[in-house]
Amino acid sequence: MCLAIPGKIIEIDKNKEHAIVDYGDGTKRKVNVTLVDVKIGNYVLVHAGFAIEVLNEKDALETLSLFREMLSMEDE
Amino acid sequence: MFSLRDKQIAKQVISKIKKMNVNLKFMHVCGTHQDTLVKHGLDALLKDCGIEIIQGPGCPVCVTTPREIEEMLMLAKKGKTVATFGDMIRVPGETQSLQNIRTEGYDVRTIYGIEDAVKIAKENKDKDVVFMAVGFETTTPTTASVLLKNPPSNFSILCCHRTVPNALKAILDMGEVKLNGLIEPGHVSTIIGTKPYEFISKDYDVPQVITGFEPLDLLMSIWMLVKQIKQGNAHVQNEYARAVHKNGNTKAKEAIDEVFESVDMKWRGFSVIPQSGLMLREKFEKYDARKKYENELAELKDKEFVEPKGCKCGELLRGLLYPKDCPLFGKQCKPGSPVGPCMVSIEGSCNIEYRYSKK
Ligand code: SF4
Repeated sequence: MCLAIPGKIIEIDKNKEHAIVDYGDGTKRKVNVTLVDVKIGNYVLVHAGFAIEVLNEKDALETLSLFREMLSMEDE
Repeated sequence: MFSLRDKQIAKQVISKIKKMNVNLKFMHVCGTHQDTLVKHGLDALLKDCGIEIIQGPGCPVCVTTPREIEEMLMLAKKGKTVATFGDMIRVPGETQSLQNIRTEGYDVRTIYGIEDAVKIAKENKDKDVVFMAVGFETTTPTTASVLLKNPPSNFSILCCHRTVPNALKAILDMGEVKLNGLIEPGHVSTIIGTKPYEFISKDYDVPQVITGFEPLDLLMSIWMLVKQIKQGNAHVQNEYARAVHKNGNTKAKEAIDEVFESVDMKWRGFSVIPQSGLMLREKFEKYDARKKYENELAELKDKEFVEPKGCKCGELLRGLLYPKDCPLFGKQCKPGSPVGPCMVSIEGSCNIEYRYSKK
């Protein structure tokens, strides 16, 4: 139920309530964007027809650096 | 750059965890986590490393109570158009599910999100449309957002929204299962941020990691939990920083606050859990199906509802059992003929176990 899928905003309607999200697998859907501040080109997480968060690259890199740190660590 | 499904890295992480030489039990509260754990066989690999992982009350459809389902059935039978998510429609009430009564001609609609239900109301002014609003903090802001936009007066909701942190507290307070750490749900946390979990680490000395949904997210999070334990720490860490910010989604939290207030609520398998549910604030009461249709629901008011006979969902949701411990699993109870909600929902532990054990 709490599944949320990332996609890219490719179009925002005039009243800024809805946007078209491209999921990158050929599907595009209209989603409600009133819970986030978005621009065209942003990646968002979509749940039950709503964008619930904007994803950004800096934060994604943080996860990767956590991994690097762990893998480089000596076993205890 | 590596992928969050990289098998080589997964192996390295698992071997690191194994060398830490532990014997621990963790709980997560999210069907998507369970799906990842079982689908990729991580649950078995981790068991080999001395780590047992159990799904707690982490499936909004599963924790919905028999009463709530009966309320929806009653509203449909009294001529309302009822709408909710596909999984919810198949959960059996005392004798029937919403899906069953649809075949009898009652107006039951399967929808993808609340906006679809509002659309039905707008297009059918002669119908009273009731949306069964289930879901944790991930879903609640979608309901709030719609109610803030003045939906039509023939639209209302049966509010079944629940909130995660106090359910975790309830599990720890009951003490039926000894937990060494909690794997916190990523998308609930996307909305609420990291703060609402902090009291748990402080009061119960339990480490927590907010976790994403890829195999490596889960392995990483488990490693982080084990590390905290080894170092004698208990705090909230955020593994899923790419989607969870410290303060969560402020806009979404404000919408929830404006529309809902916290109430004590019963969860399937539990008694009433203090401050673990939401109800509409007075300002929004015209959208509250329980108030709007008080007369239609009156005969349910003092009735007691029981969970399906022989079903172990209650124990599963409290983290006491595994699906295969239920004598009905795979026999009387299968996804095509579910006895309890944990076999209906694709996020339910019985459904997940059944799906992947057949492959
Ligand atoms: S297998 Fe079926 S009856 Fe048993 S606990 Fe799961 S849902 Fe309930």
